[in-house]
Order: sequence, then structure tokens, then C-alpha cells
Amino acid sequence: MPDATLVAQGLLNGVLFGGVYSLMAVGLTLIFGVMRVVNFAHGDMMVWGMYLAWLGATRLGVDPYASFLGCAALLFALGLVTQRALVGQILDAPHEMQILLMLGVALILENAALLAFGPDPVRVRSPWSAATLWLGPVFVDVARLVTFAVALALTLLLYLFLKRTDLGRSMRAAADNRYGALVIGTDVRRVYAVAFGIGAACVGAAGALVSPIVPFSPSGGLSASVASFNIVIIGGMGNLPGAFVGGLLVSLAESLGAVFLAPSLKELVSFSLLVVILLFRPAGLFGKSPS
Amino acid sequence: MSRRAQGVAGAAVLALLVLLPLFLGSYAITLFIFIFFYAFLGQAWNVVGGYAGQLSAGHAAFVGVGAYTSAVLSMQVGLTPWVGMFVGGAVSAALGAVIGYLGFRFGLRGFYFVLLTVAFAEICRVVALNTDAVGGALGLYITFTGNPRQFQFQDNRAYYYVALAMMLLATGVAAWIERHRFGAYLAAIRDDEAASEALGVDAFKYKMLAMTISSFLTGLGGTFYAFYLFSLQPNAVFGIPLSVEIIIRPIVGGAGTLLGPILGSFILSPLAELSRAYLQGSGWSGAHLILYGVLLVAVVLFLPQGAYPYLARRLGWTDHAR
Repeated sequence: MPDATLVAQGLLNGVLFGGVYSLMAVGLTLIFGVMRVVNFAHGDMMVWGMYLAWLGATRLGVDPYASFLGCAALLFALGLVTQRALVGQILDAPHEMQILLMLGVALILENAALLAFGPDPVRVRSPWSAATLWLGPVFVDVARLVTFAVALALTLLLYLFLKRTDLGRSMRAAADNRYGALVIGTDVRRVYAVAFGIGAACVGAAGALVSPIVPFSPSGGLSASVASFNIVIIGGMGNLPGAFVGGLLVSLAESLGAVFLAPSLKELVSFSLLVVILLFRPAGLFGKSPS
Repeated sequence: MSRRAQGVAGAAVLALLVLLPLFLGSYAITLFIFIFFYAFLGQAWNVVGGYAGQLSAGHAAFVGVGAYTSAVLSMQVGLTPWVGMFVGGAVSAALGAVIGYLGFRFGLRGFYFVLLTVAFAEICRVVALNTDAVGGALGLYITFTGNPRQFQFQDNRAYYYVALAMMLLATGVAAWIERHRFGAYLAAIRDDEAASEALGVDAFKYKMLAMTISSFLTGLGGTFYAFYLFSLQPNAVFGIPLSVEIIIRPIVGGAGTLLGPILGSFILSPLAELSRAYLQGSGWSGAHLILYGVLLVAVVLFLPQGAYPYLARRLGWTDHAR
């Protein structure tokens, strides 16, 4: 049985890393909620966010905590182009076709990263990487704290955008009822492209923000995608607050799993959570109806 | 083509494939083994992914479970892989039934199933990596004895015939499904699940059945994988690249058609082998997966039915599947 300090440390780490999970999942659930498309390339987009931050740090000397905005902008463009050139062509096709298409995009992104950066894990150095604060018996990684704060701020900004701006309202309208939104004159094409862009920007920013904390390699995209899928199903597909809370919850569960079981088994914990949710509450914790 | 002409053509192709090893060199035989084996896996996937229209993106899980089961049984209990193969198939079928149960339950949309198949394959990989009893991250190595009782052959041509037989077996199962009521139910579910249920088709039951058959067959393939390659690595046998290898052939060839997976394998397996031989050696290890990615995108956008239905229309054959 691990002692109380370890458990407290696990709880704290779980919450702090949860900000990144939430941001990833919010991006995925936004894309899904607005156009009912599962972005299978989500994790690979995140990996590109990480490598862009790495390029910024090693080539231009920019701290990832500054360059995450640039990474988000580039990923926004990638998401926009993906939607316009590919996903937008087959919005009415069966969902398997959309998933296959995104699986193709995922393969291209992952292996392009492999060709460009090689298979060995890298890590981005930030001045904050080595700093720690002590809160009584537990310590706080300053980098993790900053990552958490920025991720939280971005999620809140997105929420305000969706609630307060015209484009955000059209996005929610298009998510609610595509034809209804068309009828009242919404430019659904534009809304979809922007929504995909924002979803990709979220996960790109998440990648840049997490790059000073964990080492990464091109092959990490799939597990990031699977983690995002887990969270989004647990929170309720297409549900933004659900994705946010789900991110914190899954991160906490994984962190405690690492304390009580073994660090390498943390995926097993979130996965068991997913199976339990699917068995007893298939619409997710915050979802309304599954169909 | 008439039914009769089809039969004659089929028999001629079959005779050719049976006689072919007499004239081929060892590299060409290896290439054909590759073609048949992936055609077999693609056909097994086709049962649930093509005919039933339930996209599984994690079929590597069943190859891996089948492979580990028969390899462990052979190494620790001394059970011959010829029997272990079916035990592995049964364990894979059980796993398939669990995934199907979770993903097909009423009211859940199809993408839950897709996400579950990927998640289960990932979890199998993590479990295998962390289980020392099955070799953990190092994996399992099978010593080569060349004993046919151990599913090992000195002569590559034996593997050729085994792979050919497996391809024919899976194609036979698919042909049987296509010609019976079960196949019609699956087609109805694939095209419009709500309408098929309104007509009294028990969609959950038939999707479960398709998934169980598909995972059983795929699990049989695991034994071939283990005893042909002599090594099992969790990252390879449960990894997404293998799942992609499995689905891309039927998708390119034509999902839900009898000959689609075979045609797809004849197109893609040599391509994959060439790019592996020429690009991998020069450090371009991801190149053939980029090619697969581009192919997936292109097929979805421009040829969503796949190559076989397109060819069949072009050549004026009757399109007997869709």
C-alpha cells in the first residue's frame, strides 16, 4: 500500500496533467459535435504540435510556452485544409468512409513525422522544466503547473467563443441541426472548416504545451488518439463540458493507477473506465441519448 | 460472365495457383505466401467489415491473441499448433464477441465499435508488453525444428500451400455467407440498419455472429503468423500497422465483395513488399505507410466501392455482391 504522500502526489499530478487531456478531448469533441466526424488523426495532429514546438525551441530558440500559439495557428491551418479538401467532400458518406479517410490522414501525418524527425524520442527544454515548488510534503512541477494553467485558459476561451460570438453561436447551431442552420442562412461550409481548424488547434496547442513535460516520438500519435477517444466517450460524445471533466477524470484515474499498480499499466485503468461506462452508461457521463 | 464460365475460370485459376510453386523461385514463393496470407486476413475482416459494414480498425488484436495462444500452448504444454490454431481462433472469437457486445448494443452508433476495436488492440498490446509469462516487451521466440507436426516446414512451398488453403477457406466461408440468408441480412444491416430492423432482422444477433466468425478466422491466421515468422513482438502483432495491413486490401479491392480482398492483396502485397525491400533499407521506414495513407484517402474519395466492383462493371461481368 503506497503511503499518503505518494497518493497525494499522484492526485496532484493527475489533476495537473488533466488540463492537457481536457484540451485534447475538447478539440476532438468539438469536431465530432459540429460535423459528426471522428478525427482519427487527432493524436497525430498532437504529435505535429509537439514537433513544431520542438522545431521552434531548437531552431529558433522560442520557449514552447510562447510558441504554442504559433503551433496552434499552424494546426488550425492544417485542420482547415483537411476539412476543406478531404472531409468536406464526403460529409454525407457513411461514417465508416469518413473514419477510413481520417485513418489515411493519420497514417500520412504519423509517417511524415517519422521521415522528418526519425523514430527516437525527443524532449523540449524549457527554463521551467527543472523548477519545482514544494507544497508541504508534495512537490509541484512548475512546467506542469504552467501547462495546466494555459490549457485551462484555452478551454475557457473556447467556451466563451462558442457562447458569446456569432461564429461560435453558428457553430453550436450547425452542431444542433445542420439543415436548420442552413435554412436560417448559416454558412455551414465555413462553420465546419473553422470548427475542424479549432479542434486541430486545440490538440496542437496541447501537444506544444506537453512537449516540455514528456518525451515524445512520431509513434505516440495513436495512443494520444485512443486517450482522446476514451475521454470523449466517457464524457459523452460531442459534449464540451463532458470532455473537459472527462479529461480531468481520466488523468486522475491514470495517475492513481500508476501509484497503485504500475506506471506502464495506466492505459489499462482508463480503458477499464471506458468499458464500465459503455456497459452502464453508454451515452457517457454527460451525454443525453446515445442515438 | 455466366455462372458456368465463372466456375471454369475459377477452376483454371485454382489449378494454376496449385501448380505455380513447381516453376517459381524461392523469393517469388515468399511473395505469394505474403499475398495469400494477407488475402486470407482481408477476407476474414471482410465478413464483419465488408458484408456487415462494421468497420473494425483493430483486427490485429485477433491475430495477436491467436498467435500468442497457440505459441504459448506449443511452448509450454507441447500442444501441436495444428490444434492450438483452433484454440487460438476460439479465444479470438471470444474477444471478438466481447468487443461486439460492447459496441453493437442497441442505440450505439457504429463509431463506438470502431473506437472500441482500436482501443482493445491497444490494450492487448499493453497487456502483452507487461506480461512476463509471454515474454513481455521482448516477445516470444519459437525455435525452428522444421517438424511439420510443429507447423514448421523445411520447404517454403509447404507454407505456400497452407497459406493458399487458408485463403480458400476464408473465401469459402465468405461465399457461403454471400449465398445464404445470413448474407442478405448482413447486406440489409449494412445498407440501412433501422430499415432492416423494421423488417424484423435481429441486427444485434447477426452483427455479433459476423464479428465472431471474423475474429475466429483472423485468430487462425495468428498461428500462421507465429509459426511462419518464429517470433512474436507485442508492438508488431498488436500494432496499428498490422490492423491497417488487414483492412487496406479489402478496402482497395472492394469491401463486401467476394474477390475484393484477394484482388486487393494481389495489388498491394507486391507493392508493400517492394517498398519494404527498397525503401526500408535506405532508412525510409515510414514510406509504405504514407503510401497506404494516400491510397486510403484516394479510394474513399474516388473509388469508394473499391477496385473489384469497378473492374467488374468495366468488363461487363455481373456484379454479384452489391
